[in-house]
Amino acid sequence: MKKILFSLSLLLMSGNVAALNIFACEPEWAALTQQLAGGKADIYTATAALQDPHRIEARPSLIAKARRADLVVCTGAELEMAWLPVVLRESGNSKVQPGGDGYFEAASAVRMLEVPTRLDRGDGDVHTQGNPHIQTDARNFLPVAAALAQRLMQLDPSNKAEYQQRLAAFEQQWRAALTRWEQQAAPLKGVAVVVQHRGFPYLSNWLGLQEVATLEPKPGLEPSAGWLSQVQDTLRQHPAKMVLRAAYQDGRPSEWIAQRAHIAAVELPYTVGGSDGARDLFGLFDDTIARLLKGVQ
Amino acid sequence: MFKRICSNAAIAVLLCHSIQAAAADSGNADNAFNPAFSLILSGSYGNLQRDPAIPATGFAMNPNPGHEQGFNLGESEMGISANIDPQFRGAATLALDPAGGVSVENAFVQTTSLGDGLNLKFGRYFSGLGYLNEQHAHAWDFTDQPLVYAVLWENQLAEDGVQLKWLAPTEMFFEIGGEVGKGRGFPGTERAKNGSGAGVIFAHIGDDIGIEQSWRAGASLHRTRRVDAESTDVPDLGGNAVTNLFSGDSQTVGLDLVWKYAPNGNIKDRYLKVQTEYFRRKESGELTYDTALASVTDSYSVTQSGWYVQGVYQFMPRWRSGLRYDRLDPGVARIGAANAGNVIADYAYNPTRTTWMLDYSASEFSRFRLQLAHDNSRQGLADNQLFVQYIMSLGAHGAHTY
Repeated sequence: MKKILFSLSLLLMSGNVAALNIFACEPEWAALTQQLAGGKADIYTATAALQDPHRIEARPSLIAKARRADLVVCTGAELEMAWLPVVLRESGNSKVQPGGDGYFEAASAVRMLEVPTRLDRGDGDVHTQGNPHIQTDARNFLPVAAALAQRLMQLDPSNKAEYQQRLAAFEQQWRAALTRWEQQAAPLKGVAVVVQHRGFPYLSNWLGLQEVATLEPKPGLEPSAGWLSQVQDTLRQHPAKMVLRAAYQDGRPSEWIAQRAHIAAVELPYTVGGSDGARDLFGLFDDTIARLLKGVQ
Repeated sequence: MFKRICSNAAIAVLLCHSIQAAAADSGNADNAFNPAFSLILSGSYGNLQRDPAIPATGFAMNPNPGHEQGFNLGESEMGISANIDPQFRGAATLALDPAGGVSVENAFVQTTSLGDGLNLKFGRYFSGLGYLNEQHAHAWDFTDQPLVYAVLWENQLAEDGVQLKWLAPTEMFFEIGGEVGKGRGFPGTERAKNGSGAGVIFAHIGDDIGIEQSWRAGASLHRTRRVDAESTDVPDLGGNAVTNLFSGDSQTVGLDLVWKYAPNGNIKDRYLKVQTEYFRRKESGELTYDTALASVTDSYSVTQSGWYVQGVYQFMPRWRSGLRYDRLDPGVARIGAANAGNVIADYAYNPTRTTWMLDYSASEFSRFRLQLAHDNSRQGLADNQLFVQYIMSLGAHGAHTY
């Protein structure tokens, strides 16, 4: 028994030299945490860009990673409700339970859009706190970064100065990038688009895109042939320039409508790793805007 | 409208005020339904060629949950769960029997803040043995449980007791757990006594292989005691159906393995899930043969086992198909001399079954299923079975386990 405990403690000591063990639910928050914590954190990303973040399983590997985490960084707003509650419960890690210091929801730092006025499953997979896909508006990263840096300082006060410095550097770089992106995206203002899933209200709100139709008849429901022809009719009256989908989504509905309505089908990286260009947070928006500009041509 | 109803009576005003207040600060997901409330509606149509009351050959002294024929309302499952306070979470699942009556399927409290990888659960819960045992019926991939679960666990073992689990702080998932309980369901016997009537220990390991594959393997050991367990209509060597009584120790070992694959790890579009489980039970004690007439008691021990392997493939969003193969071994019983001429020791038959299913889910909350089975679990009584089933989920839909 002593031997087992000894080897376990060795394992614990050798496994991790960084100050904080961080479990990031989505790649964008892993990338942001990396920006803010640098080498002070050991970051595990629970999902990948080609996975639908609503539909992840509470796999043993995720539970094991949550067990060792000091901080869980997630979108919140029910995006991860199908898997995260089980992962956290089964982890037996009291530090990262909802409401505690080790649990951070990015959505709590931003203004939510599409907050439903009525809750009815007849409306599809509606999230009670609003649309959770907040990462498509680059401006949202500023308040999230400030709140996240605050949390890092709280959990690891000995490195407070470094977190402060990194936050200031990130904010400066990000503000400069925002100005650049907004200038580049000027031709997108008022452009009519179709979306596959209601996953882009923040992007549209930021860049002034006009969403005229959605390929999913209700959030979370797969587009049927009948519904797609209805969308086609809508597009005859309200022509759009392109149809948008996230990298993790099945391309067929977008391609179908793009062919028939003679518009561009644009696949957006949606998060870090969603395309070759989206290698980090800056690349994510460089590539997103480049793809949108190409689609509008 | 709401306001008008609310102003009708003083009591209503008070009541509505609190409802409105609750609605106003329903900022958080869990608070929207506090406690989270869910209801599962299910029903089926079954077409069988044989009487479902006939047990699998060699398993007349085991339970036979069987199947329902014709149109049939399944159990409606009502679930309520919430955090009790910062230390505890409570959950209850009540099964509403279509014939009337309510039974408590689960009603447990679990800790949320022990930390160090510890999870304590107490009350009535599905035992952590095997893989399928902890899953609620609405999450099953087929309309029925594998044969080995039907005959060795009466479909599912729900225990009244205490469960403690510990998750190791390792890179790879490694969990061990133990339970002590009343031993209320088969293979135990509910008895009025102090101390524990059944114990379980189990261990699980699991991990990912790259981004597309994941797996979990487990082993479990269950021990209990059966006391004066009566079995009716048990065939004997003379070709009669008699009633027997058994008392003795029961020890079951189990192994389980689950492997899942999804292209890019994206289960929304397509995935494949393969699982297999094996259970082996040794019972040894005293058997009283034919309690009504002969009533001869002598020693009796038998080792029964069974396994299944199944694969479920979601070949496009919303559509899944699955195949399952079941096999049981009734074992060869060692029978005391006094009963050697009475009790069948060797049935020399292995019950098997092959099942195919196709299901369609319009959304995450509704599912329709067609299932066909070729059942050879009863020697000389091959049965072709057809089932059509619906499973609908209302209200808060909790996250599913792996």
